[in-house]
Amino acid sequence: MIAVIDYRAGNIASMKKALDHLHADAVVTRDANVVARADKIILPGVGHFSATVILDQEGLRGVILRRIENGVPFLGVCVGMQWMFESSAEAPGTPGLGLFSGACGRFAQGVKSPHVGWNSLTCRDGSRLLRGIPSGSFVYFTHSYSVPIVKVTAASCEYSGEFSAAVEQDNMFGVQFHPEKSGDVGLRLLANFCDLPC
Amino acid sequence: MLTKRIIACLDVNAGRVVKGVQFEQLRDAGDPAELACAHSRAGADEVVLLDISATRENRATLADTVRRTAQQLFVPFTVGGGIRSLADAVVVFEAGADKVSINSAALADPSLITRIAERYGSQAVVVAIDAKRINGECQFEAYVSGGRKATGRDAVAWAQEAEDRGAGEILLTSMDRDGTGAGFDCDLTRVCSVALNIPVIASGGGGDTQSFVDVFRKGHADAALAASIFHFGLHQLGDLKRSLQSAGIPVRWPC
Repeated sequence: MIAVIDYRAGNIASMKKALDHLHADAVVTRDANVVARADKIILPGVGHFSATVILDQEGLRGVILRRIENGVPFLGVCVGMQWMFESSAEAPGTPGLGLFSGACGRFAQGVKSPHVGWNSLTCRDGSRLLRGIPSGSFVYFTHSYSVPIVKVTAASCEYSGEFSAAVEQDNMFGVQFHPEKSGDVGLRLLANFCDLPC
Repeated sequence: MLTKRIIACLDVNAGRVVKGVQFEQLRDAGDPAELACAHSRAGADEVVLLDISATRENRATLADTVRRTAQQLFVPFTVGGGIRSLADAVVVFEAGADKVSINSAALADPSLITRIAERYGSQAVVVAIDAKRINGECQFEAYVSGGRKATGRDAVAWAQEAEDRGAGEILLTSMDRDGTGAGFDCDLTRVCSVALNIPVIASGGGGDTQSFVDVFRKGHADAALAASIFHFGLHQLGDLKRSLQSAGIPVRWPC
């Protein structure tokens, strides 16, 4: 069972809809007991980085960290990916999960922000999440903050400089774009995640 | 590189897609869910469903239409038309919309923009502005109520206020060009796009390939919306995207 964590920010329905389309056994929840039993965890998200404080209030931080330590595949989407890092300039007082070192920054002046629309990926070889998705594939973004290029970057994207479009290390995966809104490319990525061994 | 979006717009009345010319003369164009999927398969980067139902009875079918349409659609999906309150917005979000488009209600009560943005994020709030030239000059007035009522507001100033209040995108329709296929009003999109830091979607007047090239190049639009050219087979979406690509406009193609 895949736990899709509902932290009351934005619309979780489209992620559930995409997983249903792939015939994945997905449950939308903020119940720590359900998350503790999940084989895989997806943290979707749009909205503000500070919305993630609910994860602490609901006692979810600890259970998510424990499940990741136990090897359960975890996918953070959009703000969910940003939360995998230490912090964000969007909400300086709100700690991230700290799985990866680094912080999210705002786009430079001189470009429209948010970065909205379809942009192309440059993929690193060997990514399990991006299996079958070649460089040049288009995915849908909508965000004002981004993660720089780091050691765990699995795909980059260009908008006023390069940023991390996807990150990956062991059982930890994150995407800045919205796979549930990225047509066939996004569905392929979600299928890759669903197919990972638990 | 960030691509220019081609957005398919479905005007819906009582659960059916219709198309009018300059806000009048409605013709039946098909089932919203089927047409939305067909457009997505053909390469539409996004789908907008605008409910133009005049009566409350017809509006009651909207949530069902949105639900059916969203079910198999895996590109961004915006719903607008007649959304007057946060409660109205909640209904369409819960039915599966990714964004709502608000128009008259935002002008009547601009705090609605902020209230929806606080709950769903700015990326989920599109403010639609129907604009008309004043005496043919490069000045534009915002209209409401489906283009029937002048507001006295400068369209660009209103767009800037909408951005400040938390709008994530502006859907800017030229009433002078709507449904004519005579080309977008590139002056309108340009003055708005350069004044704003959020994306501007050009609407009204899309016709041949050159009209799209112009609105991206001269009009500085971030996206362009079109309806009748796709519904009636006057223009195939793939052909349009291929032509735009040949003309050097970055588009998502092949999808």
